[in-house]
Amino acid sequence: MNKSIIRLENIKRNFQVGDETVHALRGVSFSINEGEFVSIMGSSGSGKSTMLNLLGCLDTPTEGEYYLDNVAVSSMNKDERSTVRNRKIGFVFQSYNLLAKTTAIENVELPLQYNPAYTGKQRRDKAMHALKDVGLADRMYHKSNQMSGGQMQRVAIARALVNDPVLILADEATGNLDTRTAYEIMVLFQELHAKGRTIIFVTHNPELAAFTSRNIVLRDGKVIKDTANENIQSAKKMLDSLPIQED
Amino acid sequence: MNIGNLIKISLRALSNNKMRAFLTMLGIIIGVASVITMLAIGQGSKKSIQSQISEMGSNMIMIQPGAGMMGGVRQSSSDMQSLKLEDYYDIRDKTSFTASVSPSVSSNGQFIYSGNNYPASISGVTPEYLDIRKLSIDEGNIFSRQQVVSAAKVCIVGKTITKNLFPNGEIPIGKVIRFNKIPFTIIGTLKEKGYNSMGMDQDNIVLAPYTTIQKRVLAITYIHEIFTSALSEDVTDKAITEISTILRTNHKIKANDKDDFNVRSQKELSTMLTSTTDILTILLACIAGISLLVGGIGIMNIMYVSVTERTREIGLRMSIGAKGKDILSQFLIEAIIISFTGGIIGILIGVGASFLIKLIISWPISIQPYSVFLSFLVCTITGVFFGWYPAKKASQLDPIDALRYE
Repeated sequence: MNKSIIRLENIKRNFQVGDETVHALRGVSFSINEGEFVSIMGSSGSGKSTMLNLLGCLDTPTEGEYYLDNVAVSSMNKDERSTVRNRKIGFVFQSYNLLAKTTAIENVELPLQYNPAYTGKQRRDKAMHALKDVGLADRMYHKSNQMSGGQMQRVAIARALVNDPVLILADEATGNLDTRTAYEIMVLFQELHAKGRTIIFVTHNPELAAFTSRNIVLRDGKVIKDTANENIQSAKKMLDSLPIQED
Repeated sequence: MNIGNLIKISLRALSNNKMRAFLTMLGIIIGVASVITMLAIGQGSKKSIQSQISEMGSNMIMIQPGAGMMGGVRQSSSDMQSLKLEDYYDIRDKTSFTASVSPSVSSNGQFIYSGNNYPASISGVTPEYLDIRKLSIDEGNIFSRQQVVSAAKVCIVGKTITKNLFPNGEIPIGKVIRFNKIPFTIIGTLKEKGYNSMGMDQDNIVLAPYTTIQKRVLAITYIHEIFTSALSEDVTDKAITEISTILRTNHKIKANDKDDFNVRSQKELSTMLTSTTDILTILLACIAGISLLVGGIGIMNIMYVSVTERTREIGLRMSIGAKGKDILSQFLIEAIIISFTGGIIGILIGVGASFLIKLIISWPISIQPYSVFLSFLVCTITGVFFGWYPAKKASQLDPIDALRYE
C-alpha cells in the first residue's frame, strides 16, 4: 500500500463575517497517497481556495484534523507551520510571485534561505539542479523581468521543487498563460508526476482534469465527486497536435 | 535566515529604489550633520572661554573681607578692615595646597608724567602676584623683596599706562611718574594681555610693593584682598577649605557664626561663564536633534510605503517558510542600513562643515569624540525605533491576505 501524504478527517472551516457565519468547508474527508496527481476543481465559492490554504498550511481548520506526511497540522502554531511549509510543501501560484529584479537562480534559492541546514554553496547547487529539471539551464542568471510568462512559471516550479517537498501545491498554475504555454507547463507537471512527485492542482478549468490521475470536485464546501482518472491524457500529445503558430 | 543574507536582501531592496533611499537618508544626514556642527560650535565657544579664564589664572583664589555688621549696621565689604597682614602670613606659611600668596591693597588716582596724565588704580602686592595672575615682565624687573621691606617707591606698569603716559614711544624704564603727588620710579613693564572675556583691559595695571601703598599712599595697616593660587586647579577646593579654617581661627569666629570674609576661586567664574555656553550648546543640540527626529519619521514613512508596496513579496516569503521574525528582521535591517549609512555620511559632512566654519568665519570649533559617538548612536537608535513599527506590521501580515494583495 502506498504511503499516505495527506489525510483530511472531517475538516470544517467557518468564517465570521459580521454577524453571519460562512461555512466554507462543511466536513471534508479524503486522503492522498504518495505519487498521485490530483486536480481539485470547483466553481468560485465552492471552498476551493479555503481548501488550498488549509492544504498549504497557511490556515487551520475550525474543526477536524489534517495530517500532512503523518504529522497533525491543525494544532501547530504559526512558526511551526512556517517550518512545515518550508520543508514539506512547494507552492506554484497563478501569478508566479517571483521577486522583482532578481535572477532566476536567486528566486529558486529563496526557500532554502529560510532553512539553516543549507550552506550557500549547497543552496546554489540545489537551485541549479532544480532549474535544469524545469529546462531553464540556460536562463539561470536572467532576471525575472527579462523572462516570458512560461519561463517565469518554470522558475516558480523550480522554486517549489528545490526543497524536495512531499507535496507540490499548484494554484491555477496555468491561469495566466496562453494555451500553448499552458500545455508546456502541464507537460512539465506530468513529467514531475512520472518521476513520483505528489502534486495537487487546484483549478476551475475542467479541461485540465483530464491530465491528472485523480479528480476531486468541490461544491458548497463538500466533496461531490472523487474519481480516479483511468484515461490520463498526455499533455505532450496535445501540445504536438496544436497548430504551429506562424506569426 | 542568516544576517549576511538579510543585509544582502535589504541592500537589493534599497538599490531598487535608489532615489527614495537617498532622500530618506538625507533626513538622517542633515540631522546628524547639524547635531555634530552645533555641538562643535557650542563646545568651541566653551573651550575658548575656558582658555581665556586659564590665562587669567584658573587656579587663582581671591580672599576679600565679607560684608559684616558693625553695631547692627551692615557694612559694605570694601569698608571692612577685617583682613590683616597676619592673615596673609598665616596663609603663606600654614597652608599646604597653595603655591603663591600675595596681599593686595589698591588706590585709585591720576598718574602724571610730564604733560600727560592717565587715571588708573595702583595695586600694592608682592612679587608672587605676577605668578598668581599669570603676568610676565616685558622689560626691566619686578621689585625685589628688599624693596618690599623698605617700601620703595618703585612700580611696574602695563601697556595701557605706557601708551598713555609715553605717547611718543619713550622708554618708560627709569622714568619717574607721579601718583597723587607721590613719585614712583618705573622699574619694569608688563607683557600685553589684551581684554579678558568680560571686556576688562588687563593692561591697565600698575603694581607696586604693598608696603609702599600701605604706608605712603593709604596709611593703613589692614589689607584689601589676598590673592593666592592653588597648587593645581583640582585642589582649589581643598585650598579654599584650608584658607577658611585659618581665617576663622584668626578672626575668632564661633562655630555657628558666618564667615566675615569671602573666598572665591576662578572656578566659580568659569562655572558661571561655561554654564552660559552649556545652555547655548544644549539649545543648539536640541534644534539639531529635532531635525534628526524629523529624519527618523521620514524613515518610518518610507518603511511603511515599502511594506505596503511589497505585501505580495512578504506573502510569498511567508508561504515558502519565512517566519514572522525573518520578515521583521528583514525590514528592520533595511531601516538600520538607511540610518547607519546616513549617520556615517552625516558625520563626515558635520565634521567638514565644522572645519569650514572655522576656516571661513573663524569661529572657535571643537569636535568632541563623544558628540560624534552620541549622534551616531542616536541615529542608529532612530533607525531601530522608527523601523520597528512598520517591520512589526509586516511580520504580522496574514500570508493568505498578503498573497492576494493587489
